[in-house]
Amino acid sequence: MYRALWRSLPGPVVVRILILALMTAVLLVVLDQWVFPWMAATFVDDQATVGPAS
Amino acid sequence: MAAERGAAGPSAAVKALGVAGELLITIAVIIGLFVLWYAYFNPWVVGLRQEHVAAQQSRQLSQQLKSQASPPASAPSPGAAAAGDQRPSAVPVMAEPPNIADTIGVVYIPRLGSDWRRILRESVNTELVLNSVTAGVGHYSGTAMPGGVGNFAIAAHDIGYGNSFLNLSKLRLGDKVYIQTSLGWYTYTFRNFQFVQPDAINVLDAVPTVSRTPGSDRLITLTTCYPAIFPPLERVAAYGTFVGFSTAPPAELAPLLAKDG
Repeated sequence: MYRALWRSLPGPVVVRILILALMTAVLLVVLDQWVFPWMAATFVDDQATVGPAS
Repeated sequence: MAAERGAAGPSAAVKALGVAGELLITIAVIIGLFVLWYAYFNPWVVGLRQEHVAAQQSRQLSQQLKSQASPPASAPSPGAAAAGDQRPSAVPVMAEPPNIADTIGVVYIPRLGSDWRRILRESVNTELVLNSVTAGVGHYSGTAMPGGVGNFAIAAHDIGYGNSFLNLSKLRLGDKVYIQTSLGWYTYTFRNFQFVQPDAINVLDAVPTVSRTPGSDRLITLTTCYPAIFPPLERVAAYGTFVGFSTAPPAELAPLLAKDG
């Protein structure tokens, strides 16, 4: 999978690394803004209050 | 990153296994990142934001208080406590806001950090109050308001969304909890902890854990989950007692408030 990705990138090694770094940055932003908030809301039991379980 | 074996071309099954393995590793890394994000990165970002908006709110409340106090005796002041009267009967108590997420004031607890402060909103609604980047601390609807007779009960997360009460169980006897509202500053002093089951709603009673008893004391109860792991199987309630009201900010907060300008 990652090997295929690496092969599909154009240009010399330096350019490929730059492209990968950019892709990683975009991925981290997507995770931070959308994926992780969704995971937190879906999987984490974060009740801080006393009272009937909701 | 990839293994450099099998250049001659592995079978389709081996290739599929390789892809599956890489996918699993990717998922594991993302889950690991999520844990770090949830416990450290997001609380840090959200906490800074919550402190920032609380500072703004605090400044606004102070200005509001000043403008109310400046025309002396022209307007009938709410309560007779403008001159720092410390008799309990002279403590002005604001009415409970009608809507969830209405702003009540700003909470200061120096033990939780020299810069620690959070906006206090009506209700313990998860989305609008506890998880909000502009709040963090919620008031249990129906409990007393700051300075009121009975139990003024508030809640916040320990881990996640600003880590507001992460260090709540580090409070020590005599630590102060300050509540700033549009009327002035209410001071409570921490007294003790109680560790309870998550459904122990009786810690919010006017006399905590003694149901259906009208209390005559002015108490505060701060709750959060405990311990700070998932799922949190217990809750901690931190109790305190009311010590005074003033229209002037407390001396202990002077350095922090001076930074606001």
